[in-house]
Amino acid sequence: MLKTIAIRLVEAFFALLLMSVVIFLLTRLTGDPVALLLGDGATEADKIALTRQLGLDQPLPVQYLRFLADVTSGDFGRSLAAGNEPALGLVLSRLPASLSLAGVALAFTLAIGIVFGVFAAISRGSAVDVIARLVALVGQSVPSFWLGIVLMYVFAVKLRWLPTSGYGGWQHYVLPALTLGLFTLAAITRLVRSSMLEALGSEYIKLARIKGLPETVVVWKHALANSLIPVITFMGTFFAVMITGAVIVETVFAWPGIGRLAYESILSRDFPVVQAVVLVTTALFIFANLLVDVLYIIVDPRMRSRG
Amino acid sequence: MTFPASIREASSPSPLLSVEDLTVRVGPEPDAPALIENVSLSIAPGETLGLVGESGSGKTTTGMAIMRLLPQALDRGMHGRILYQGDDVAAMDAKQLSGVRGGEISMILQDPMASLNPVFSIGSQLKEGLRRHATGEGSLHERAVRALDDVRIPSPEARLANFPHQMSGGMRQRVVGAISLARAPKLLIADEPTTSLDVTIQYQFLELLKALQQRLGMAMLFITHDFGVVARMCDRVAVMYAGQIVEEGPVRDIFRRPAHWYTRALLDSVPTVNSSLERLPTIPGSPPHVGARPQGCRFHPRCANAQARCQEPPPITGAGTGRAVRCWFPLDSERTIA
Amino acid sequence: MTSLPVSVRVALILLLLFVVVALLGPFIAPHDPLAGSLRARLLPPAWQEGGDWAYLLGTDRLGRDVLSRIIAGARISLTVCVIVIAIAGTIGTLIGTIAGYFGGWTDRMLMRLVDLALSFPVILLALLIGAISGPSFANIVIVISLVLWSQYARMARGETLKIRNEDYVDLARTSGLSDMRIITRHILPNIAPPLIVIATLQVGIVIVLEASLSFLGVGVPPPNPSWGSMVADGRSYIVTAWWLCMLPGLAILLTVMSINIVGDALADRINPALRGRNL
Repeated sequence: MLKTIAIRLVEAFFALLLMSVVIFLLTRLTGDPVALLLGDGATEADKIALTRQLGLDQPLPVQYLRFLADVTSGDFGRSLAAGNEPALGLVLSRLPASLSLAGVALAFTLAIGIVFGVFAAISRGSAVDVIARLVALVGQSVPSFWLGIVLMYVFAVKLRWLPTSGYGGWQHYVLPALTLGLFTLAAITRLVRSSMLEALGSEYIKLARIKGLPETVVVWKHALANSLIPVITFMGTFFAVMITGAVIVETVFAWPGIGRLAYESILSRDFPVVQAVVLVTTALFIFANLLVDVLYIIVDPRMRSRG
Repeated sequence: MTFPASIREASSPSPLLSVEDLTVRVGPEPDAPALIENVSLSIAPGETLGLVGESGSGKTTTGMAIMRLLPQALDRGMHGRILYQGDDVAAMDAKQLSGVRGGEISMILQDPMASLNPVFSIGSQLKEGLRRHATGEGSLHERAVRALDDVRIPSPEARLANFPHQMSGGMRQRVVGAISLARAPKLLIADEPTTSLDVTIQYQFLELLKALQQRLGMAMLFITHDFGVVARMCDRVAVMYAGQIVEEGPVRDIFRRPAHWYTRALLDSVPTVNSSLERLPTIPGSPPHVGARPQGCRFHPRCANAQARCQEPPPITGAGTGRAVRCWFPLDSERTIA
Repeated sequence: MTSLPVSVRVALILLLLFVVVALLGPFIAPHDPLAGSLRARLLPPAWQEGGDWAYLLGTDRLGRDVLSRIIAGARISLTVCVIVIAIAGTIGTLIGTIAGYFGGWTDRMLMRLVDLALSFPVILLALLIGAISGPSFANIVIVISLVLWSQYARMARGETLKIRNEDYVDLARTSGLSDMRIITRHILPNIAPPLIVIATLQVGIVIVLEASLSFLGVGVPPPNPSWGSMVADGRSYIVTAWWLCMLPGLAILLTVMSINIVGDALADRINPALRGRNL
């Protein structure tokens, strides 16, 4: 078990290293890094000074090591936008908004997806099943940027039930979380439904019934515990979907998180910030996947003894 | 506690279980093909009834139906009565069923590999059932240890923390047995409990089951395709073919004087000490599929003594006497033992 | 065909419509999707008050015909789908088949690459490339291919492992055929069906990804009418001119939904185990 986690940690380290190489190569090999870092209105003298400061006259491996040293000490440079804040600080200050939104989306997605999936499986062909399948179909087909706009138009502009955008009380969370989570909700509903159907037909469910356990225990304990394993496997995909979704949803709802920061810094070609966002997000993503691996080991005893 | 033998001799007028005209169709439609048809059987307290037949004969379906464990579509296609101490199990809802299962009627399934839930420990799966059983001495933990000890699992205390994948097949089957018997049921349905085990372990498990049965005074419906197992375990036997019971009687009697041609053919294909395996006769052809079962006597296309009349449904001779047969031309001679 | 459920039949008709419209785009579009008419700006759809039957689905802020732009958008979507699935499918299948066929060290190396690709938030890469080189057609194709190739690789490897030791492959090997010949002649034709199912299920994903990237401004470069950039353009007019944002979005929803319905039905037929995997 410890060995598995150790292997994952080493893999995580290499994934991060790889991402840093990608960022490094993209900044140094495509286009003019000096122009990128300085932005548009820079003078010739500034450019020469920065070239020397960045050590761009040095060979590439040396440049990379310097870049790596800066990044590991938390120095991503300063934002080119007004205020000239340190890029890393800017990213970290936007992190809580993103994490809270993703957390809310994750919570409601799991809760509703599992309940939907279970009820759809135990009452196959019923109204609940039909609705769950319809939600799953629409959820997997609707583009989130459009869904966000439609929800905002209906519930904020027309009905005035909820705020259109921005960051604040729980009302502010409803529409962005729904938009961010619908795709995952659809995926989890389908996943739980099909794995519940499989579990409910198994021999160990028969034995649970033979013991005289009430149907609720049979379904929600014995069948569901096994059906959650594929859901945990799916979580890795889930985080990738969440990161993509965060960029889109935060942009649509003007949510002050790192997704919108990434988008804005790209539009304004604020390269130090883009670098910081990409590396921080990759680190988060890798950490989340590491957590999933540990969770997997906890939930499935077969993984535990395997090593 | 009375011995099973004395109960048998008393031949109690009210059986523990009495199945009446049980039919299971593959769906609720009245014309859906039937897996089993008009199956009737009864089991006295403490008695062991063997249910024998080739695979596909409907014996597992019968066992599952009594336990109400059939898949939903089949459960909806079920008709007839399953009287347990006078209450109709066939008409029970989920809540009533969970009152009967485990404590009154229990079951041991075929496949020990798949019968245990892979994500819970043995202890948790065992205690779960025990918790619903009010009587018994000692703490839940002590009772769980005793249940494992009863099926002769070595160092039961340590085994409670194990997960199913950490145990061998024979060990798992004992755990399944411990779980099924933990609440001392009055009736146990054992569905080929030993087919997936190797021969020495099979024998051990059967002996264990027999010993526990005597101690608990439990009745059994023993489902098997193996007449050798029937001889060892059962008091009476019912032979199933293509969804129907074709013959029923005391084990010794059936062995000595089979009345149905199918029973005799089955018995002839059982290897004995004297017969060599190569010359063992087998029944020609194979059992018909559900939905393609012949008119009249279902065995007649494979029967050595088939006649024109066999295309009409055969009468049941000796119903109610405990020695019944469904055949136009039953055998009546003493069977010559090779 | 007669046994198909109604939903699958409707979906098939919609898909056929999508393909026909995409192929015949320039011939059936009532107007030039790029040319605006200043006299016909922000016209509502024809059935609404103030609408003009010459502009069935209304016009945008530059007076360009929405219907013609949606038709042109279908063409862009289909083009991206075909190119991306061809690239991702070829590369993924090749890598997966080679990994499965040769096994051992090759297999381990290639599969680590697949794991890496699966655990990489590719949107960030797309944004990076977009930030450096600006939106371009090549960008979306590269980025979406990077997201999708690994699925083919996994499936192709698994299927190859299943048939690697079949008699006909052994026979081909002993008769001295080269490995490349064996792969193209004997393995690929036999592992094709599940790969085709994946390709079908991916069409929807490609459409949504392309639209999302274009919405964010790192996809199809303007003024090309991608459905995603049309929604982005129409966003600020949502209150006054709903059709600019709603109609292209509806086009995406209906197309992708049809693909998912057909893909599921196909997956059920070819390989029930694939069901529910079109994430």
